[in-house]
Amino acid sequence: MAELEKLVENTAVELLRIAATELPVEYVEEIKKGLEETDGAVGRAQLGNILEDIDLAREGSKPMCQDTGIVAFMVKVGDNFPLRSRLKEILVDATRRATEEVPLRPNAVDMFKGNTRDNVGLNGYVPMIFIDLVPGGDLEIIAMPKGGGSTNIAAHRMLKPGLGWKGIKQFVIEALAEAGSLGCPPYFVGIGIGGGEDLCMTLAKKALLKPFKSRNENPDVAAIEDELLEKVNQLGIGAMGLGEGPTALDLHIELAARHPASLPVGVVISCWALRHARAVITGEGQVSINKSA
Amino acid sequence: MEHHLTTPVREEDIRKLRMGDLVYVTGTIITARDEAHLEALELHEKGEKPPVDFKGVGVFHCGPIMKKADGEWTVIAAGPTTSARMEIFQDNFIETFRPAIIIGKGGMGDRTSKACQEFGCVYGAFTGGAALLAARGIKNVRDVFWLEEMGMPECLWVYDVEDFGPMIVTIDTHGGNMTQDVKTQVTERMEKILAEMEG
Repeated sequence: MAELEKLVENTAVELLRIAATELPVEYVEEIKKGLEETDGAVGRAQLGNILEDIDLAREGSKPMCQDTGIVAFMVKVGDNFPLRSRLKEILVDATRRATEEVPLRPNAVDMFKGNTRDNVGLNGYVPMIFIDLVPGGDLEIIAMPKGGGSTNIAAHRMLKPGLGWKGIKQFVIEALAEAGSLGCPPYFVGIGIGGGEDLCMTLAKKALLKPFKSRNENPDVAAIEDELLEKVNQLGIGAMGLGEGPTALDLHIELAARHPASLPVGVVISCWALRHARAVITGEGQVSINKSA
Repeated sequence: MEHHLTTPVREEDIRKLRMGDLVYVTGTIITARDEAHLEALELHEKGEKPPVDFKGVGVFHCGPIMKKADGEWTVIAAGPTTSARMEIFQDNFIETFRPAIIIGKGGMGDRTSKACQEFGCVYGAFTGGAALLAARGIKNVRDVFWLEEMGMPECLWVYDVEDFGPMIVTIDTHGGNMTQDVKTQVTERMEKILAEMEG
């Protein structure tokens, strides 16, 4: 068991390293495409700098951005995977190690004591760990460090249900216009609808990690994703908010049922560096790492 | 236009810069974010001096990743942070300490723009997230202050830089503010899109 625990910890450290230093190639290709389609010198310079930075990070195995974020792990635990409650401690230990070894910037701040220096704190809430229980014998871990700039532009509103889809769409457009230059565009947009005031935000964050360019299985929702992505780009915020180049690279919607009296909507935005890496570990200790978007 | 500036930069040279120009800086830049701005201003109010002189140098909105090996600090990654957070005291900071160039990302508002006009300062936008490009221009870590109290992202790092850039001047001393211009356009487009949705 100790061996498996060490394997999970090592894998989580490696996932944080990959996430911080290697942007999924699908995103890189999309940024390149954005550069090709941009005429203005200012926008081209921003996208060119981003691409050069991505290359430097991959070649040097260094974090592409100094803000390596607050660490989140999305975890799926199979019924027959041997580890349970120890998983949290293992992921906390992995975060401490990654902070030293990658290195990550210490970003966990205690309101009274200041920076905890190891990306771990307060009362067990950071790193954030989202755990799902699933059938099977495997463990899936996604490491997702997310920076403060794009985290600060998240938006949340409890809409009147009578406003319906039109109200949702208008709120999303307003949220992105408000975000403007502040969170390092071109953006990725995650939208969570329903659940409650809390769940819609979690769904929005998880929506960011849906496969790149995939669309919702419900064709009506898929059409709204396409429509919103197009309208967000019509805002013309551009790379770094300087008005040239793409505003958003992808957009996903995740839905839950809502209370009859509530229409909660969450908008979670990622900068161009939507950093994440995923691994599946079998109960026997086989690890497969997936670096794709 | 492309400009290569050396610190301390004279006010008359700063006033030559125009919105949209490209700028590279050689000399001194000092990182300062929310807490360092506050602390420096509070010290000044008490009649005390911060441990560094900001006059004529670059103030970099940046919380870097630094590593200490064999007693020496090195820069791992050092891109800009969101400057808008500093809008609440940047004008006061510029008036008090007279830096030549504020380096950050995402742009700043009217208060900063006015202070730039009045006291001869510009805002240089560095590509957000491009932390390794920025680190390439940093040649030496000369000093660090307030590390114990504030931690790595918030303290004052004093860097010797060589052709640090490219930055785009988005706020000049003539009232130009590129980010605000784009923001105005974005708001107009948003209103049009929302109106179309109303049908």
